[in-house]
Amino acid sequence: MNPSLFERKSEYEWHIRPFGKMHVPGVIFASESLLREMDAKVYEQVTNVAMLPGIVGASWAMPDAHWGYGFAIGGVAAFDADAGGVVSAGGVGFDISCGVRTLHTGLKIDDIDAVKSRLADALYHTIPAGMGSTGAIRLEAAEMDAMLKGGARWAVERGYGTAADLERIEEGGCMQGADPMQVSEHARKRQRDEMGTLGSGNHYLEIQQVTDIYAPETAAAFGVQQGDIVVSIHCGSRGLGHQIGTEFLKRMVMAAPGLGIALPDRELACAPIASPLGQEYLGAMRAAINCALANRQILTHLTRTVFARTFDRLLPQACLPLLYDVSHNTCKVEEHKADGATKKLYVHRKGATRAFGPGHPDLPAVFRNAGQPVLIGGSMGTASYILAGTAQGMQLAYGSACHGAGRAMSRHQALRNWSGRKVVDDLEGHGILVRSPSMRGVAEEAPGAYKDVSAVVDAADQAGLARKVARVRPLICIKG
Amino acid sequence: MPGTVYWEHFPHQADVGVRGLGETLEQAFEQAALAMTAAITDLDTVIPREALKISCSAPNVELLLAEWLNSLIFEMATRNMLFSRFEVHLEGNHLEANVRGEALDVARHHPAVEIKGATYTALKVGQQPDGRWLAQCVVDV
Repeated sequence: MNPSLFERKSEYEWHIRPFGKMHVPGVIFASESLLREMDAKVYEQVTNVAMLPGIVGASWAMPDAHWGYGFAIGGVAAFDADAGGVVSAGGVGFDISCGVRTLHTGLKIDDIDAVKSRLADALYHTIPAGMGSTGAIRLEAAEMDAMLKGGARWAVERGYGTAADLERIEEGGCMQGADPMQVSEHARKRQRDEMGTLGSGNHYLEIQQVTDIYAPETAAAFGVQQGDIVVSIHCGSRGLGHQIGTEFLKRMVMAAPGLGIALPDRELACAPIASPLGQEYLGAMRAAINCALANRQILTHLTRTVFARTFDRLLPQACLPLLYDVSHNTCKVEEHKADGATKKLYVHRKGATRAFGPGHPDLPAVFRNAGQPVLIGGSMGTASYILAGTAQGMQLAYGSACHGAGRAMSRHQALRNWSGRKVVDDLEGHGILVRSPSMRGVAEEAPGAYKDVSAVVDAADQAGLARKVARVRPLICIKG
Repeated sequence: MPGTVYWEHFPHQADVGVRGLGETLEQAFEQAALAMTAAITDLDTVIPREALKISCSAPNVELLLAEWLNSLIFEMATRNMLFSRFEVHLEGNHLEANVRGEALDVARHHPAVEIKGATYTALKVGQQPDGRWLAQCVVDV
């Protein structure tokens, strides 16, 4: 995009003054070069979101923003229920509560090198990945309801993980206000065999090594040291979340004219928070958040069983405590400052990470001084980052940061540029073992198809949204 | 020059656009469904050995395309199948279809992606200036 379209507020902050039907400004956080590379659709989508009823603050886009559905991926917007604010199924997206969690292993590179190929194979055989893979747990009606209400807490009660995991998950691992009654039979049917599965596309499980520490004190609070081996899992609410997104998008599009909402784009389908449809969506969406949290908890358990088998001599070091779990596609009720007052707002983050600053009451005591761990996944051959939420970020964009590298090119283009086999071989040459059921899937996810995650993370850091704490590089990647 | 009845993918930065063209609206819907399967796997590998009936409705023909593709996504996910033959019959905004395909075989189909949903992004259904029908949208993968 052309920088001249914007008013430059700072090195990393680009404003669109409200025009037409916009209620608030549009704000994009990016370096000049990231902004120049962004699709023009981001501008359109940021301004469209600014037109939705009851929006507060601004329509924000994070440094990894790209063309999404209605909202830009990397879009953040907050709504005030008392001012006619809306909740948008498009603003949350199809993969509700898709997110990342990172586990400590207590292992070092030599431990991994000794068993690397065997570990990669064991993970690949244990973690169901890719289309058509099924989990070992089949949920019938009553148990499905318990899962939808309980989230990761349900999973822990069933023996998947420990109570200590829960305080290191947003919402303590259990999203309040979930209403399983609003989850359709179709959504349940899609989920029946998908508990504890990774999915496909950009979802992955990676074994990673910490290569750099930028903020030693915060890293210490997070329990992260140079050279540590960690495990990161990126996946979401699987078929259940996708079906809820699909169904409510349609219902909200159909209801909009009757609710007096003029949609600048059908995909911005929304309903007033204070309407039956808005409340039904919130109940279903929160149930899908719990589904995602339960799913990542089960995958964590499966990962731990593999590590326990593979590193039996090193136990109990290999019990893999959770560092933190973040969600990307959500709408959550949070208190933020708006117009000089503290208000309860419905904050949509579409492909953006919650990044609460130090002192936030929702953070567990262990992170109260350091700020929330913000886990940013890169593409499979590059790097991922651990950041921390900041006080400044709470003001800038209601405690939000980027979520990943963001694609630089379409899957179509990636397929033309790379063969999956060659990507796997090249990465192996760099010490990264990839295991995937589909070489075409690997080609579509080739590292070169993504933006430079380091540039995105630097922009988030420089803008003040979150502070860089550590960098990790992949050693093993299980790709769906 | 492509024929008058065909499918293609069009680029979307994060996902895949599916587009069907045909001499009738029905053909355009059938071709869009082929484009969706082709986003997952090589169409030639999907043997049309099992048949299934699908019916759906929507308030207008564009939402009907999304509904049609979402019905297929639901059947693919819950039956663990892929589809490669489609016969669509439209009556106003109601669709009846016979679809054929087979159980997903990861070793043979190597599915590249799992499709999460058909979106309303770049959703367009209509007759082209040359008289052909077009049906397209972006699918989230």
